[in-house]
Amino acid sequence: MSNATIILKGRGIVEGVAEGEALVTSETISGWGGIDSMTGTVVETRHELVGQSFKDKVLVFPGAKGSSGWSAAFHTARLAGTAPKAVIFNQMTTKVALGVVVMRKPTVTELDQDPLQVIETGDWVKVDGDTGTVEITKAAARD
Amino acid sequence: MLDGDGAPGAEARQKAMNLLVRYGEALGAERLVDTNNVTGTAGSSSTFIRDYYAKDGDGDRDRLFSRFDLDSDEAADHIPVARTFTCHLQTRIDPAHAEMMGTPSGAVEFHQESQAHSASLGVNLLNTCTPYANGNVPVKGEHCAWMESSAVVYCNSVLGARTNTEGRESTAAAMMTGKIPYWGFHLAENRFGQHRIQVEVEMESVMDWGMLGYFTGAAVEEDIPVLTGIEAPASLIRHKHFGAAAASSGGVELYHVAGQTPEADTEAQAFGPNKPALDLNFGPDERRRTYDTINGNAHSDDVDYIMLGCPHYTIEQIWEAARLLDGKRVHENSALWIFTARQVKDVADRNGYTKTIEDAGGVILTDTCSAMSAAVPKGTRVAATDSAKQTHYLPAITGVEAWFGSTQDCVEAAITGKWKGEAP
Repeated sequence: MSNATIILKGRGIVEGVAEGEALVTSETISGWGGIDSMTGTVVETRHELVGQSFKDKVLVFPGAKGSSGWSAAFHTARLAGTAPKAVIFNQMTTKVALGVVVMRKPTVTELDQDPLQVIETGDWVKVDGDTGTVEITKAAARD
Repeated sequence: MLDGDGAPGAEARQKAMNLLVRYGEALGAERLVDTNNVTGTAGSSSTFIRDYYAKDGDGDRDRLFSRFDLDSDEAADHIPVARTFTCHLQTRIDPAHAEMMGTPSGAVEFHQESQAHSASLGVNLLNTCTPYANGNVPVKGEHCAWMESSAVVYCNSVLGARTNTEGRESTAAAMMTGKIPYWGFHLAENRFGQHRIQVEVEMESVMDWGMLGYFTGAAVEEDIPVLTGIEAPASLIRHKHFGAAAASSGGVELYHVAGQTPEADTEAQAFGPNKPALDLNFGPDERRRTYDTINGNAHSDDVDYIMLGCPHYTIEQIWEAARLLDGKRVHENSALWIFTARQVKDVADRNGYTKTIEDAGGVILTDTCSAMSAAVPKGTRVAATDSAKQTHYLPAITGVEAWFGSTQDCVEAAITGKWKGEAP
């Protein structure tokens, strides 16, 4: 393991292992009305990620807000092939729990350090939902 | 149920239980709790979802329900009738106004089949985001499994019943099993207030409550606020608009109004063992900033579309709209659509409100809303509404500008075609 690799430990809540480029936001995300499931894009006009796609990214965010259509919006994203590869979040709610369960992408929460502080957009992140481990390679160290 | 018990429909109940267990474990819930009150969207589907599962040979109704609503890997052959009292929330389509809303005819047909399937499962077709104003009124302490954020926050806060914000799949599973994870707001110790918002302005209108709700959601996100300093009594309508706004700008699922709501006879009772983490004021400055934020996307005062009925208008609000429109005419450059539940429209028909509104050029629609159906009158660039929630969602969903103001501001805009709403 190089010095550039950071390991975080948490609780895996959806099984499986996946890795990819991180897309990080400090703002909670709305599902229904907040994302376009067909393109995997954030559409909420006042969101810092508006216009950006989470498709095939490792989505790192504080948690869910807004409509109870959260799970169906991300469930539909899985069907449309636009879901993130893996998910990391902080704040447990029924919306996000059900959403990641039906999205069926490796998901880890309750990490021992705040992932929003440690992970930046562009970092390479491996999420192990079986062991609850997150492995981060900083973007600066990837080149 | 998780092992299947061989009874009719056991396979579907087993798949429902499998989902509830995966979901409950993700939450960290220790057990499930019994419920006999579910509101959801069971049986509704989109043509996209149908076509997706049709590829696996699972395009028929029961198999679709199993694959999507119950998130099962393999379809159950048969979906049994609901075990619990279950109501359908708002849909994407008003079959009576499909052409006006630009709904493709194939979608209407598919929707009618969906509704028939829901009914065959014992789902009561209220087709509204306001079940609590249409015959499903849980009592204090009742364990529910509701979705629709504006209904959830009403159920918890105003009625004192207990529900988390469930989703399409968890309500489908609850309907099959009569169970839901015992987590979050089902537990008394998780229902105490966390933040205090001292209200320093008079709360005199639905618009005031909408702004306070939008401010509150943005301030506390998904936490539990306790509102203090409100002397004027609220009402079903004011709570409806407050909760819908707070659940849109943030994720508020439970709030207390000291001296008013069922778990807040006093501020001390509302907080229980908690000390307020945030202590905020809502005064004239905060109210003004909130108004500007909600209206931040609107620029042109030429209003093409006035949308009322988010959450669905109650009969009292339809009555008010009819009085404001009596003898008036909606401007030729504008359209006025009012959304409500079908049973409310039935009363509006009987009372003559529908005729008054239609004579003025307005339309009463049911079962859906502009945000749900992504439908606005053709050519709409600028909309106006009395709902902070709808103002929040409409630009993102339909690309229009949206003004927020009072019901009177909105009706005035409908009549003149001009937005003249003013900041408080």
